[in-house]
Amino acid sequence: MKKILQLSMMLIASLLVLGTSSCKKKLKDADIQASIESVLNADADMKGTSVSVKDGVATISGICKDEACKSRCEEAVKKIEGVTAVVNNCTVAPPEVVVPPVSDALSQAIADAVKDFPGVITELKDGVLTLTGEIKKASVQKLMMGLNSLKTMGLKKIESAGLVKK
Amino acid sequence: MALKDKYKELIDAATAAPVVNLQVREQDHVLYVDGESSGAVKQQLWDIYGKLDPDYASGDLMLNINSVAGISEGAKLKVTTNTSNLNIRSGPSTEDSIVGKAARHEVVTLVRKENDQWWLVKTNDGEEGYSFTQYLTPVE
Repeated sequence: MKKILQLSMMLIASLLVLGTSSCKKKLKDADIQASIESVLNADADMKGTSVSVKDGVATISGICKDEACKSRCEEAVKKIEGVTAVVNNCTVAPPEVVVPPVSDALSQAIADAVKDFPGVITELKDGVLTLTGEIKKASVQKLMMGLNSLKTMGLKKIESAGLVKK
Repeated sequence: MALKDKYKELIDAATAAPVVNLQVREQDHVLYVDGESSGAVKQQLWDIYGKLDPDYASGDLMLNINSVAGISEGAKLKVTTNTSNLNIRSGPSTEDSIVGKAARHEVVTLVRKENDQWWLVKTNDGEEGYSFTQYLTPVE
């Protein structure tokens, strides 16, 4: 008799727990989602993320700026009331493609030497400079003098057959 | 035709000029001619180059004649831009900001040679900065 009582009480207790929690969940998922979104939207690094909440489990997806942002995002979501677990499906954005600046001395020197010949296009590869575009016939010598002196900086050859002389 | 034959007139002129530390070397189908001379000799050699290889279009010669090797600090330099003023910059590249200008045919003073392309110069007004050597000609 005592055992039956114990069992039934446990049953009731568990039913209660289940009942109340399932009731709460249905009410709160949308609210939880709203409060998570307000947190995520407030951080510029997390702008690319989105979240869905089901039964208190928040699933974050989208793109985070970097790994640190991804874990920060997860921590922030965990703290939000009503969140029971976090599934972090965020991907980290590939590093921004930075156009390499004209860094080495030779490239810079070439850029300087052709600066006053606006129609000339340069391409440097393995020490060989290819000139295309166009230039006034009278200016070719001045340009070439400047470029030939860059041999001291490692320039090996100048291909200018594609350069149109006006 | 071997490149030394194609450019024989040029090499002969450089030898006769004279060009100091003249080096003539052929490698990977490119003839390299290096040396130091006056500005007038450099001009003469470049005119021969242009005659033998119109518009310098063959890509088989690198003519590296330094006409400013003998120039020392304190030397007077004439601004030989095509038409415009010469920029004087805060550092030795076109990335550096313009801190002054020198008029065409103005004479400036060499303060220091940063490299073959950029020299630190000073104008008579006291403006000091880096200018591109391509537009500076020693007052001979």
